[in-house]
Amino acid sequence: MSKRKVGAAHMPVGECITQVQEILRQRFCRQRVPDRPGGVEAQHKHLLGLLKRTAVHGESNSVLIVGPRGAGKTMLLKCVLRDLMEEKEVQKNLLQVHLNGLLQTDDRIALKEITRQLSLENVVGDKVFGSFSENLVFLLEALKKGDRSSSRPVLFVLDEFDLFAHHKNQTLLYNLFDVSQSAQTPIAVVGLTCRLDVLELLEKRVKSRFSHRQIHLLSSLTFPQYLERVQTQLSLPDDFPDENFAQNWNSSIKAVCEDKSVRDVLQRHFNSSKDHRTMNMLLMLCLSRVSVSKPTIKPADVLEASRMCFSDAKANMLHGLSILELCLIIAMKHLNDIYEGEPFNLQMVHNEFKKFLHRKSSSMYNFEQPVIMKAFEHLQQLELIRPVDGSSAKTQREYQLMRLMLDHSQIMEALQKYPQCPTDVKQWAMSAFG
Amino acid sequence: MKYFTRPKIRRVLQWRGEPISLNRRTKISEYESLVIRVEGLPRTTVINVGQHILIEGEDEENPYVAKVLRLFGDESGTQKKVTVQWYSMVSEVPLSKLKLLGREPHPQEIFYYQGPNCDDEVSAESILRPVKVKHLDGSAPFPDPGDPDSLYVKLSWDSKTFKVVDSALVNPDPAPASCPKPSLPPSPPCSPPAAAPASRGLARRALPTPDPSVMRRAALGEVRYSRASASAGKACYAAEAESLHSATKLSASKCLSAKRRNAMERTPGVRKKLELCSPEKKSMSHTDVLSQLLDEDLESEGMLAQHLSSSPPRTLSLGHRLTPLKKSRRASAAQDASPLKESTGMDSPPPSAAEDSSRELLDKSPQQGGLVEAGLPTSSVKTPRRRNATPRGKYATRGQKASTPSRQKGSKVLKEPALGALAEVDHEDSPMLPVTTPRSSKRKSARLVLSRIKVQLSLLENQQDRDSDSEEEDDFVPSKKELQSSSEEEEEGEEEAGLDSDEDVVVKKRRHASAGSRTPRSKQKTSTRTPRKTPNRKVTPSTPRTPHRATPSIPSRSRPARQPANVLEEARIRLHVSSVPESLPCREQEFQDIYSFVESKIIDGTGGCMYISGVPGTGKTATVHEVMRCLQHAADVDEIPPFHFIEINGMKMTDPHQAYVQILQKLTGQKATADHAAALLEKRFSNPAPKRESTVLLVDELDLLWTRKQNVMYNLFDWPTRRHARLVVLTIANTMDLPERIMINRVASRLGLTRMSFQPYSFKQLQQIITSRLNKVKAFEEDALQLVSRKVAALSGDARRCLDICRRATEICEHSASDPSATGLVGMGHVMDALNEMFSSAYITAIKCASVQEQIFLRAVIAEFRRLGLEEATFQQVFVQHQALCRVEGLQPISVSEGLAVCQRLGACRVLLLEPSRLGVLQRVRLNVSQDDVVFALKAD
Repeated sequence: MSKRKVGAAHMPVGECITQVQEILRQRFCRQRVPDRPGGVEAQHKHLLGLLKRTAVHGESNSVLIVGPRGAGKTMLLKCVLRDLMEEKEVQKNLLQVHLNGLLQTDDRIALKEITRQLSLENVVGDKVFGSFSENLVFLLEALKKGDRSSSRPVLFVLDEFDLFAHHKNQTLLYNLFDVSQSAQTPIAVVGLTCRLDVLELLEKRVKSRFSHRQIHLLSSLTFPQYLERVQTQLSLPDDFPDENFAQNWNSSIKAVCEDKSVRDVLQRHFNSSKDHRTMNMLLMLCLSRVSVSKPTIKPADVLEASRMCFSDAKANMLHGLSILELCLIIAMKHLNDIYEGEPFNLQMVHNEFKKFLHRKSSSMYNFEQPVIMKAFEHLQQLELIRPVDGSSAKTQREYQLMRLMLDHSQIMEALQKYPQCPTDVKQWAMSAFG
Repeated sequence: MKYFTRPKIRRVLQWRGEPISLNRRTKISEYESLVIRVEGLPRTTVINVGQHILIEGEDEENPYVAKVLRLFGDESGTQKKVTVQWYSMVSEVPLSKLKLLGREPHPQEIFYYQGPNCDDEVSAESILRPVKVKHLDGSAPFPDPGDPDSLYVKLSWDSKTFKVVDSALVNPDPAPASCPKPSLPPSPPCSPPAAAPASRGLARRALPTPDPSVMRRAALGEVRYSRASASAGKACYAAEAESLHSATKLSASKCLSAKRRNAMERTPGVRKKLELCSPEKKSMSHTDVLSQLLDEDLESEGMLAQHLSSSPPRTLSLGHRLTPLKKSRRASAAQDASPLKESTGMDSPPPSAAEDSSRELLDKSPQQGGLVEAGLPTSSVKTPRRRNATPRGKYATRGQKASTPSRQKGSKVLKEPALGALAEVDHEDSPMLPVTTPRSSKRKSARLVLSRIKVQLSLLENQQDRDSDSEEEDDFVPSKKELQSSSEEEEEGEEEAGLDSDEDVVVKKRRHASAGSRTPRSKQKTSTRTPRKTPNRKVTPSTPRTPHRATPSIPSRSRPARQPANVLEEARIRLHVSSVPESLPCREQEFQDIYSFVESKIIDGTGGCMYISGVPGTGKTATVHEVMRCLQHAADVDEIPPFHFIEINGMKMTDPHQAYVQILQKLTGQKATADHAAALLEKRFSNPAPKRESTVLLVDELDLLWTRKQNVMYNLFDWPTRRHARLVVLTIANTMDLPERIMINRVASRLGLTRMSFQPYSFKQLQQIITSRLNKVKAFEEDALQLVSRKVAALSGDARRCLDICRRATEICEHSASDPSATGLVGMGHVMDALNEMFSSAYITAIKCASVQEQIFLRAVIAEFRRLGLEEATFQQVFVQHQALCRVEGLQPISVSEGLAVCQRLGACRVLLLEPSRLGVLQRVRLNVSQDDVVFALKAD
């Protein structure tokens, strides 16, 4: 508390925490573009040069940015665009059109969106007039009228590029690439995709018109780099209002990152995946545990967050089941063991369950057939079991063939953690034979 | 823009008088004049040598203008031919050439045609009607609004240049002795009004100073003209008609006297008719007179409209097009409403003085009888009132415009002024009325006349209303109301809200059109043949769903593009696929073949098809374009006849049937629906047209024009076989055997056997292409070029690829320019880098860069595949292996969820192929890469 009295730039802890939350959340949720692209400088330079040539020289280009999910494709593009827009020559010249394969699911919508974003003259307000074919002709006409030196270059960004390749005849892609290969309005087509085989999706004519430039974003990140990134992601910037708080925060982050257990956890995460998104997810969980009463991140927070990240979804669901449902799952597990994964039906499961009851000769699990049926249906609703594809609804429900959607390890793990699990049930689950 | 089919009526053509000469050998006799008579109608049209006529064009709204030089026929009289001297309408001159004129062409301007390649012998059957052509001196201005029905010649046009033409060539020596009349029976009257008032608006815009008096005179002249023809038609007084016709050209006084004489002679007949009141016998002629009145007007207006619409500067916005139309409609609606009112309280409104004067007029001047007569047919004929209202309405609009030119948009056109204007115009209908009559009295007297007509009308209607008629009335009234109401709705924001009310307009027009198409049916049997759709169709283009005049363009940049600064940049621009090379190397043979094929077809004036195939990037389209450039040049220097080149691309349309739309659009500038466009094209290509240029049609990506019935392809290949089509079709596709593979026999057979295949480029050719493109810009090492071309030739022979690689290599070279060892030229190293970037598969790198767990999962997959001996396993099976491998590696085993996430990540990159993820642990896993590649990538670690 004495710190608060030092310096003019200090703030109450509560306000500091709010600030921290805000800054870091923006960072983790990718709302803010990082100042410099980490680890992809070469690609950044390549893309920037390419787009600059389109914007400045009016040279048409097409390029694909390929990389697994969370590799930073969009981040790279955003960085490049930000840097590009800082140039005066580009600022007023470049028109941008952003499309997303998940939003513009067919060419018709995509065309309307392009016309809207270019605000061509058949756009009134937010509505685009004309039929699909009229729009296409109109757009092509518009692009055809331009030439290299006089019209404003247009940047087309196609997110989820692979989905555009599934449009009928690939009309949009053909036309965009065709424009980029002919003396019309200069355009740059930038496609973002995570599919490495994206070129194989293109029709031969479309493929021929594509320039075959691909920028691969495949991170060859090492663990020390990963650690460093975690630390920078969590650190507060220098221009944080309260300097003291920032210093304390940063040093505590540093300490956390050097902690042995934290490193182990992070190593595990690193082994699992290198992408930015899972890392941000973990850090977000850590951050959400920070409060006024606990103004720093502790190693325990990281461990807890990691535990949440790694916890098995299906095993968690098993915790909420009733004893009867759990027993049925165990019976299914045994059936799977006996018949080597062949599908089963309710009657078989019931028989298996009855065998267990006979052996135990206790009446506490004596359930009526309808009750068991109900439990079975509940399991199906939870998608812990699912009907075999071929068996239709025609067969009676008791005899419908089912498959268990759980792995043995998940069942055993759930049993370990199940609150007040009866010992005989546990033993039954562990025993090799039903 | 507009289109309607006239009902075909049997016309009888007869020679008038004895042949002036007879060629005994050929048995061809020449005549002085020709009489055209429409069956069932009493009047005739006489065509004389030296007269100007309209000849059926490719479509009805584009007739040709010509001067009759010779009329001749064979002995039997079955063949009647006309030798003509052609004139070109503005619309017939290509837009590009129109610039040579150096000024805006006048909408009514025509050019004395001296071009080559024109059949000057036409069948007499195709003559539509006579037309007035005036010669103007080169410097003389066009008569400002001018006579809307006459055309003006200033210049001659020989398909290359415009020259001043001598008046002696144009003007026939004697005044043509014939009564001009539309040789065809009336077209459905509903269709022209839809567009005609619009054209009126256009005219107004086009003319700089719409002087009201001049405008009125123009209207007057037109009316006089039509009246003259009407009366002449009825009386069949040829001499009088002649004088009348010439009178239209001559002074007004002469005309007046002629009219007076004419009217006097006619009066008894008119009286008789009035008394008879049984129009059954006469109705036909009445109808004719009326319809003629209408038709003449409509036709001339149609002409005007067409002139205007086809005149090149299409700057008019939608708002302008729509406005006058609505106005006229409103006016007509107003007029429709007025008779009812007027007929009830007939005598009340006009003050007695005016009444007296008008009565005086009525009594004194026999012309007034003429007026009554002119009005009478409208009543005696069972035409619904609406019909005569339409042209009146137009007059009204015109008169109104003339009197109040400031009321431009007419957004506040009230009923009252419309009515007043109408009355005024009625006066102008009878040009003999003393000009000194004050305007108000004029108006009132006219109203009086009108009301009298209405009394007559109601009387007659009572007598002869038939079921159909009354039904029509019933039908019509509500729609009229709606018209009015909707037009009132639109009054507010007409210009801006034009788009929003589009639907309204369409609905209105539909109604209007359908009401109109019913009208003639009851009237004239022949017109039932008119397809009901036509008016609708005609309407469609004028109610565009998009603002057609919106100019598609990308805004221009604020700063000019930077010019290349160094050799590499220069090279890059030259190597870009888009840059048009000076020549096309390596395709000389193909070029020659296509060139000679198209050239011969153009010279012969025949048609033909050619199929060009080749893998992408082998220069098919580029070669055809080059051929067209050369041919165009040849046509420009007059080596070959001029031709039309249009291009469509199967990939650039959303539906195969759009091909018709695009062809039509590029050929004529018309917009139409696919079906309609197909019909129009069919008509165009199957009917003979004397002044047709050859058309070369390039169909790129032919395979995409495939439809189940293949009718698009069938038509494309069938048109060239038509005798008069003069169509050369060049088709391009990728596969060599496309005709055999996807075309049914009748289509493939029409495509013919003229085929050409573009082979992929060899490495030498590719090298030559790059060298020729670079054109002495020294940017590449020789070896580097060879490497690129050999590599590409081995892979695909795609020139685009080759150029792209070279371009990328220059970039790499530029980036590494800081390296001191660099020579500034693109070397082998750079090219290798570029090749690697473009051709190497990323899978191996992707696997190398994958996370530890992902790599283990891949190993588990391979292990499981080996164990099963299959190339497929479920996730569950692989996961067991994965756990085992984790233990071997000393890693903490992962949970199933995490394993699934790892699996999904690999699946998203398509290293693995997965079933839908809802299957969970049961989903099957396959590798998308060869096992060897995976092993190799994992070992390299």
